[in-house]
Amino acid sequence: MFRRNGRQCVATFAIDEVRVLRKVANEVVDLLTDGFDRSDPVVDRLFPDIYPDRPEDSAEFRRYAEGELKTGKIDQAGAILAALPDDGPGEVRLDYEAAEAWLRAINDVRLAMGTRLDISGDTDLGDELDDAVLHDPASSRVFQLSVYAYLGYLQESLLNALPEIE
Amino acid sequence: MALPQVAPVETPEIEEVPLDDRPWVTIVWDDPVNLMSYVTWVFQKLFGYSRDQAEKLMLDVHNKGKAVVSSGAREKMELDAAQLHGYGLWATVDRD
Repeated sequence: MFRRNGRQCVATFAIDEVRVLRKVANEVVDLLTDGFDRSDPVVDRLFPDIYPDRPEDSAEFRRYAEGELKTGKIDQAGAILAALPDDGPGEVRLDYEAAEAWLRAINDVRLAMGTRLDISGDTDLGDELDDAVLHDPASSRVFQLSVYAYLGYLQESLLNALPEIE
Repeated sequence: MALPQVAPVETPEIEEVPLDDRPWVTIVWDDPVNLMSYVTWVFQKLFGYSRDQAEKLMLDVHNKGKAVVSSGAREKMELDAAQLHGYGLWATVDRD
């Protein structure tokens, strides 16, 4: 988890955390590049229609805005990959700009996972995880839910470690 | 030969369509994934709201399902919505 150290946000990650963060950041990059699919509900959530009742206006807006938005999201996922150790435990030190990119990128990952996991306003993550463990402790759902919960704590810790906005 | 009498075409009175001067607005919708603290931070960051103002707006989104976060010219609202999408908030543009 992140803490404040002078003007930087600092966290020490175990090897498993480094691997998970690399994996999810790479998945987002893939989703936005080779794997880009407009009919994917995750893409729909990351790039929502700006005019829900006017498909033509939404499409036009998308034509000139989506490219830049996509590049921004690829760059912020890249900020996670750039700051992490290659493959091993280690410390990550983020200045304000990098911390902001991490916050946005973690959020993109959580949106993607939350959509896949069907997280709704009524979801109790603890209950959801208990059910999944009872069903099959080795399932991918248990892993996904654990990572999703972990990323929520990580994002919150980074928000708390960030200097107050003037 | 007399030309057939043609009744003068009546120019229909063009009704003045009043220019719609309602401002455009950017709306942020509630979403089950985004952390409340993150949404508050985004409002401070993007719109320069104080922490209290941003928190109040975030709670509006959370409790009422949506909130207007900015209003003005259409192009500006599209820019605001695009920036909010960059931060992962669910934003749309509409007439007030």
